[in-house]
Amino acid sequence: MNSISTDICIIGAGPVGLFAVFEAGLLKLRCHVVDALPQVGGQLSEIYPKKPIYDIPGFPDILAGDLVRNLMRQIEPFHPTFTLGERVERFAKLEDGSFQLFTSDGTEILCKAIAIAGGLGSFEPRKPAIESLESFESGKGVYYMVRDPETFRDQRLVIAGGGDSALDWTIFLADVAKEVTLVHRGTTFRGAADSAEKVKALHEAGKARLVLSSNVTHVHGNGKLNSVTITANDGTAETLDVDSFIPLFGLTPKLGPIEDWGLELEDNAVKVNTVDYSTSVPGIFAIGDINTYPGKLKLILCGFHEAALMCQGAFKYINPDKKYVLKYTTVNGVPTL
Amino acid sequence: MTDEVRVYVEEAPGQRTEVVGPTDMGLNLMELLKASGYDIQATCGGMALCGTCHIEVLAGPDLDEPGDDEMAMLESLPILSPGSRLSCQIRITERIDGLVLRLMPQTA
Ligand SMILES: Cc1cc2nc3c(=O)[nH]c(=O)nc-3n(C[C@H](O)[C@H](O)[C@H](O)COP(=O)(O)OP(=O)(O)OC[C@H]3O[C@@H](n4cnc5c(N)ncnc54)[C@H](O)[C@@H]3O)c2cc1C
Ligand code: FES
Repeated sequence: MNSISTDICIIGAGPVGLFAVFEAGLLKLRCHVVDALPQVGGQLSEIYPKKPIYDIPGFPDILAGDLVRNLMRQIEPFHPTFTLGERVERFAKLEDGSFQLFTSDGTEILCKAIAIAGGLGSFEPRKPAIESLESFESGKGVYYMVRDPETFRDQRLVIAGGGDSALDWTIFLADVAKEVTLVHRGTTFRGAADSAEKVKALHEAGKARLVLSSNVTHVHGNGKLNSVTITANDGTAETLDVDSFIPLFGLTPKLGPIEDWGLELEDNAVKVNTVDYSTSVPGIFAIGDINTYPGKLKLILCGFHEAALMCQGAFKYINPDKKYVLKYTTVNGVPTL
Repeated sequence: MTDEVRVYVEEAPGQRTEVVGPTDMGLNLMELLKASGYDIQATCGGMALCGTCHIEVLAGPDLDEPGDDEMAMLESLPILSPGSRLSCQIRITERIDGLVLRLMPQTA
């Protein structure tokens, strides 16, 4: 089992979780960040990377994706560590007041305080309504994300979807897999126009197959996937031998396991004390979109403010006997850990 | 001119709840449904970017055809029916009076 030890474990690599790393670093607290998504940035990377944001102080406008890149640069001096593509499932509080966290892939994180920056919850794949699909999950032939393209080397693949991920992975995996078929229910693509052109070119060159106006409607196999049925909008169907089926229909957020952690909740959000954004469990803090208090605004700016105050609270929880003295970064620069 | 419209949300076959919405507030159907207590995530706040306000129109007046952004988003969802729409892209005007709809599940 992979085990990590740190001062603060931050759940969620959205803008608020990332900025919390900076604020913690100023107090010389080490951070480990966990996110269910394979990339950092939360909603900014997942939903609107190319949209400009206008209400970040000091930036009259900045693209969401660029803000995430800047936040990553800003926290570099503190060398945070990351576990991406894994969801935090449960926690245990140890006798000395520290915590043990476990992720969906069994990673263990030992930490002195927890900062939940889980936003809208963890983004989970949207699953098509195909009977018995779930029985082929967990390595048995159905994958909702491509974590390691090598998993698919020399395989026969069917990818489904019409967005950027479906197009991008079709292009990439055409070189890795033995056969790739992209099935899309429509005739136009939501993804980037040049990616759609590339997929069409691969199809014409015989390097990938493109099946439009169709859906994957059935999956077959015994313990392991061995074929899928593709049904066209006009009702004609074909069954194709495959090793893996990768439905890529985007992600949808779910509050998920944090809901069952025994924290005081209100309207699906974690109630906090605005002095330090502590929750009803000492040592666990909640910042950003996931928390609630009178007057709460779900804005990045407000999450940044909460991160700064939260770190003071976490510092006191971790070091009950140490006195904290505020130091301006203009005086000392950015310290390293 | 009517300043209110009625839409009907089908919770189970044959079981419909009436929702009344004002036409003079520039609302969209997602906002009306959310304000009426329906469990709609509407993650992107109505920008046709998330698909979490997906509904199925079952009956009622003819609506304008979906725009390009709406169509593209709908096509990327795993569950689609001939009446699928993004409720955030439908404005509350007298043209939608009498619409019958149901909320679509997010995952299978
Ligand atoms: C279209 C759109 C436009 C917006 N425009 C603006 C704007 O102009 N200005 C502004 O201030 N705000 C804007 N917002 C709101 C802003 O995006 C949010 O306030 C901000 O993303 C909140 O940041 P966060 O870090 O709290 O959460 P998020 O960005 O939601 O990140 C949370 C992360 O936590 C992860 N997570 C959750 N639970 C777990 C778990 N159990 N295990 C592992 N990982 C987990 C999720 O996968 C996610 O990546 C906009 C939002 C949208 C959708
Ligand atoms: S609210 Fe996001 S698409 Fe309608």
